[in-house]
Amino acid sequence: MSACRTAFFAAALVALGVVAAAARAQTPPASPEQPALSPGMPMAMPTAMMGPPVMDNRIFAHALLEQFEARLGGSGADFRWDGQAWAGTDYDKLWVKTEGFVRHDGTVDDGQQEFLYDRAITSFFDLQAGLRSDLDSGTGRQWAAFGIQGLAPYFFDVEATAYASNRGHFAARLKGSYDLLITQRLILQPEIELNLYSKSDPGRLIGGGLSDIDTGLRLRYEFSRKFAPYVGVAYEGKFGQTASLARRAGGGTGGVRFVAGVRMWF
Amino acid sequence: MPRPSLTAALSRRRFVQGAAATGAFAVTGRWRRARAAGGAPVLSGTRFDLEIAPTPVNITGHPRVATAVNGVVPAPTLRWREGDTVTLAVTNRLSEPSSIHWHGILVPNPMDGVPGLTFRGIAPGETFIYRFPVRQSGTYWYHSHSGFQEQTGLYGPLVIEPKGGYAQAFDRDYVVFLSDWSDDDPATIVSNLKFQSDYYNYGQRTLGTFLADTARDGLTATIADRARWGEMRMSPTDVLDVSGATYTYLVNGQPPAANWTALFRPGERVRLRFINGSAMTIFDVRIPDLAMTVIQADGNDVEPVTVDQFRISVAETYDVIVQPRSDRAFTIFAEAEDRGGFARGTLAPRPGLSAPVPTMDPRPLRTMTDMGMSGMNHGAMEHGSMSGMEAGQGAMPGMNHGAMGHGSMSGMDQRAMAGMTTTGGAAAPVSPGVAVDNVAMMPQPRLDSAGEGFPQGRRVLRYSDLRATKAGEDPRPPTREIAVHLTGNMERFIWGFDGRKYSESQPIPIKPGERVRIALINDTMMEHPIHLHGMFSELENGHGALRPYKHTINVKGGERVSFLVTGIPGRWAFHCHLLYHMEMGMFREVRVA
Repeated sequence: MSACRTAFFAAALVALGVVAAAARAQTPPASPEQPALSPGMPMAMPTAMMGPPVMDNRIFAHALLEQFEARLGGSGADFRWDGQAWAGTDYDKLWVKTEGFVRHDGTVDDGQQEFLYDRAITSFFDLQAGLRSDLDSGTGRQWAAFGIQGLAPYFFDVEATAYASNRGHFAARLKGSYDLLITQRLILQPEIELNLYSKSDPGRLIGGGLSDIDTGLRLRYEFSRKFAPYVGVAYEGKFGQTASLARRAGGGTGGVRFVAGVRMWF
Repeated sequence: MPRPSLTAALSRRRFVQGAAATGAFAVTGRWRRARAAGGAPVLSGTRFDLEIAPTPVNITGHPRVATAVNGVVPAPTLRWREGDTVTLAVTNRLSEPSSIHWHGILVPNPMDGVPGLTFRGIAPGETFIYRFPVRQSGTYWYHSHSGFQEQTGLYGPLVIEPKGGYAQAFDRDYVVFLSDWSDDDPATIVSNLKFQSDYYNYGQRTLGTFLADTARDGLTATIADRARWGEMRMSPTDVLDVSGATYTYLVNGQPPAANWTALFRPGERVRLRFINGSAMTIFDVRIPDLAMTVIQADGNDVEPVTVDQFRISVAETYDVIVQPRSDRAFTIFAEAEDRGGFARGTLAPRPGLSAPVPTMDPRPLRTMTDMGMSGMNHGAMEHGSMSGMEAGQGAMPGMNHGAMGHGSMSGMDQRAMAGMTTTGGAAAPVSPGVAVDNVAMMPQPRLDSAGEGFPQGRRVLRYSDLRATKAGEDPRPPTREIAVHLTGNMERFIWGFDGRKYSESQPIPIKPGERVRIALINDTMMEHPIHLHGMFSELENGHGALRPYKHTINVKGGERVSFLVTGIPGRWAFHCHLLYHMEMGMFREVRVA
């Protein structure tokens, strides 16, 4: 229906334009009705239109929810999120990262939020600096953050960030993932995150040294690039003093669980 | 795929347009060889009124708004005559500024239609009068130079009849305008590419291709090959940035199912004017069972060369003559270089006929030659790993590049010029950085190669085949060489020249009348159709004084190619004609003053 209407309007416009053009073509161009027919002169000179010929410094904004999933099995179902968002130019961006768990009992833990300035420094890597805020059901902590993020050789997505708190604590977080294409849309993603701390922080049930690993193997299907449900397995493990603190608090030290979720970006 | 009802609707539209076009000829009395035959309307004469307006279209089955001229996509075919002075009143009915650039036409700088460089653009509601003498003939096109309007439909054919008559006789004359249509907003497309540069690539290597390559080449070779590309963080499947995942490919504005048809009587000589007005799509064109004789490239006559197929990069034009002798239909088949889809039309003795639509050729893969590293691979690696790199694609055209490219005659032209100063690339070497992910170590001429992706045994047009029918206007040798690196970062989707985006660059200076060689060195592994406004690019392809005049030079990955220009005063745009590359920074001002 609309195509039909389009066709009609198109034809009408063309016919009108053509007839008008033909009629005008026979009119002497110097006729008083057309004084503006001097080449290059728009009938009214625009003023504020002198932008650059190409806009190569645009600001783009995106958000990625890498993990948005239920972890099933063990003591009960937990909810896990892990995402990041950024906005800026090719060189400078504001970058936000957020991750955490909502446990089956309603408590929120591992809630790490980062607010970073991101600067592209090499072909494949960005430097990031800013603040990390541990916001969840535990005691809040604030950190200065400094790290790199990018694409390592052999297509590994990596992030390495160091943190320093005003209480003299240091920490580090390493993340890595890899997309293995089984088909054009079916993608297996191994992923790992490690957290290290210089000192123990009983207020957050964290011990010194390697405190925890979160690693998973997720099989997603990209119905579109931006929407990909997945299933997989995830292992969440606490180590050393962190494990001891967890046991003392009556919690588990981790295990393998089934996950189901959706990866999305915008 | 479009629904049958859509086909019917398009047929109706086509009919109405055809009727309008016929009316136009009746009024102007300028009807000659041109026939509408389901194409866009044709306007001819010396005075043209063009109105740019948002116009509803339905190409895929979903209603969208295109940026149309006089209500049609493509815009009306303009037929000019060499020697006339044409006046074009262009009215902008959009809510944003617009412009029209006459691609390949030698115009005074203020008539060139590049907002921010040659004029202010055409404000909403305003009319801009273009007027200039037509000093050339041939097949060209016109399009918007504002934002992404070219992607949304603002493009049309331009045919200029030669003053002295045609060099080649023909009975029929058709424009075959190729373009790529997306229902998605171009701003969304580029935003997607910024997030994920392989967003539209659904031809990537997978577990399946790994197993197939292992079965053919062995596990060690396959792993070595994957490791080599992985180490560089590049994908050999990166052929076109935007694919059939979002594009529908059009012939004269019509999708494949609508089957645009041109009529002939058996034995007639049919001139087909191929124009690639796509935003991002390079096409490989063939007409199964019909040889094509290329007689013109980028509007300039060349010695006839008969081929089975030619690759037409974005913004290029090729005129061919075909002579179908049998009383049957032939399919005009233009497959996207990445084989993600095709545009299709038909040559038929009667309306309603069609011929089988061929299957697309195997998808090409990038090679180390495209990376500008083939020189480093001579010997052991060449035959071991290079062949692996052409994985699973049947033929291995990449194997020939190293050997053939080195013998290219354009290299000899360059060596003949002793004592010449070089500016640009050599003086300021490019190094990897945020905007550059690769620098070609061994760039080489590739004029003797048609490119990757062609099965063996098919005669495919090469740039070295293009030989002008008359010597160029300026016989002087160049006095200066300007080296320009074509650079980019695929992962970040940043594009530029010499590692800089337009916004970070200075104009390239040339003096009026100065004879200059511009050497293009492609540090990326993708093709870039490089277009210089205002003056022809005289391609140094080994034919000496008979070098072809082109307006757009498709530079292959890892290639070094050069052309000569004579400075014509003005501020001229110089850019990659892949729309999103240009808009992301692969653009320069050439300032002739």
